[in-house]
Amino acid sequence: MYAQMVDTGTPSAAAVDAQEARFQQRIDDGIRIEAQDWMPERYRRTLIRQISQHAHSEIVGQLPEGNWITRAPSLKRKAILLAKVQDEAGHGLYLYSAAETLGISRDQMVDDLHAGRAKYSSIFNYPTLTWADVGAIGWLVDGSAIMNQIPLCRCSYGPYARAMIRVCKEEAFHMRQGYDLMLALARGTPAQQAMAQDALNRWWWPSLMMFGPPDGDSVHSAQSQAWKIKLFTNDELRQKMVDQTVPQAEYLGLTVPDPDLKWNAERGHYDFGAIDWEEFYNVVKGNGPCNRERLETRRRAWDDGEWFREALVAHAGKAAARATAKAA
Amino acid sequence: MAGSARLEYLLRLGDNALILSQRLGEWCGKGPALEEDMALTNTALDLLGQARLWLSLAAEEAGDGADEDTLAYLRDDRAFRNLLLVEQPNGGYADTLVRQFLFDAWASLALRQLLGSSDAAIAAIAEKAIKEVSYHLRRSSDLVVRLGDGTARSRALLQAALDTLWPYHHELFTGDAVDAEMLARGIGFDPASLRDAWLSYVRDVLAEATLTVPSAGGWAPKGGKQGLHSEHLGKLLAEMQVLPRSHPGARW
Ligand SMILES: [Fe+2]
Ligand SMILES: [Fe+2]
Ligand SMILES: [Fe+2]
Repeated sequence: MYAQMVDTGTPSAAAVDAQEARFQQRIDDGIRIEAQDWMPERYRRTLIRQISQHAHSEIVGQLPEGNWITRAPSLKRKAILLAKVQDEAGHGLYLYSAAETLGISRDQMVDDLHAGRAKYSSIFNYPTLTWADVGAIGWLVDGSAIMNQIPLCRCSYGPYARAMIRVCKEEAFHMRQGYDLMLALARGTPAQQAMAQDALNRWWWPSLMMFGPPDGDSVHSAQSQAWKIKLFTNDELRQKMVDQTVPQAEYLGLTVPDPDLKWNAERGHYDFGAIDWEEFYNVVKGNGPCNRERLETRRRAWDDGEWFREALVAHAGKAAARATAKAA
Repeated sequence: MAGSARLEYLLRLGDNALILSQRLGEWCGKGPALEEDMALTNTALDLLGQARLWLSLAAEEAGDGADEDTLAYLRDDRAFRNLLLVEQPNGGYADTLVRQFLFDAWASLALRQLLGSSDAAIAAIAEKAIKEVSYHLRRSSDLVVRLGDGTARSRALLQAALDTLWPYHHELFTGDAVDAEMLARGIGFDPASLRDAWLSYVRDVLAEATLTVPSAGGWAPKGGKQGLHSEHLGKLLAEMQVLPRSHPGARW
């Protein structure tokens, strides 16, 4: 698209408006936008922010569950958890690639994360204190992620939509495995049951916060919906999550930690209590229990790996030089 | 755990895979690049899968209600039969890679021997495992070459790791009465018989990597196969076994 700008000089305001109108028409007609298509700069920037934030979440999200890989209580659960964490790294890779189609490099995105300029899902700033937290994350956090991401499989930007299709299949699997882990605890000893309840108590509200601020306070919503890179509002998705999850908690024999939770037959939905948005904004600002630790772990991994990445580049250079010398 | 020679043998095979997998699991989310994070996890997962096959077979041999989990979680360190090499701490990425390379080169030879085992169950596991281990070996050899012949810094890190871990290779080739019995029954192989092939493979890779093969002789720690470990194993197990140990009888 830079080439187009050079060819035509600076387009007039009217021309830009016309171009944007055509762009919006394509979206309204349900035609996917692809990397090489013209797009408004704000669309591109919004998508980069959204996709890279999602990619960072996958990467940072490895850490809380990774915390339990070495302590998984059976070899089967250990294998499931290792595979899950590996999937999350893979999701990070597809998503970074999808963002790269918009003209930003992975190194730049990683740098933005490490410098604190880019965000990742706040949920990963909570600690995994017991084994039950691994189950709660699969059930509730992957569960919320799916709720968010299934609609994105139909979003307007092709590379993102396709990445989401692959990701969602695996997330659904993670959710079932998390629930299965919770079920084993819920059917287990009193100590295991208490562990499961405690995990639900701690993860319930943060999981509902994952959908973002209430619709009235959500800054990017209207434009993103017009662009079809957001298909439901935060509150709509949150309601779906509550409606889906409450019966699942009941089946486990666990109590959702919300005294105001009750079925509203008129609405056909559960009513639920007020979310502590102060906590949410506080964690987003960097003051959650694990913000510093998570980012520090990622930074350290990156810095410790500098010699590795440099050496691979150096070796590739040497190999290329040798090949050239041979050919000459 | 005084059991049959076959049980001992299966525990050795299973514990090598289990303990190395456990070490690799410590890397989760902390690798030097995203692709490498995934590869480390992938190797950990392959080895864990192999460990489960070996330990399940060992549990059958042991009887007494043993299963893969009781063997993994309820044995003390003196009952573990892994090589000292695999329990060595991860150190930096260079140390982890060199440990993996030395092990992969041995495991691919060992498994090839077991393909011809007269024990059908052992041969079947070896056949599945060797495909994975061949891939691990290709990967670890390739990385040793690229990082050895990379920058001065990477070369120094790999050489230091090699110098530190080299003494542990002796144990890979030291047989005992269990090995002798397994060889006599056509089930296993003579560890010493793998040494030349291992050395020649490792030397070739190290030469291409512009690394120096440490000098022969000197310290040659051993005893892991017989249950005499380094101090590292106890701590590794304390972490790995904490839940089943603190919730006796619980199912997960
Ligand atoms: Fe994911
Ligand atoms: Fe996700
Ligand atoms: Fe997931």
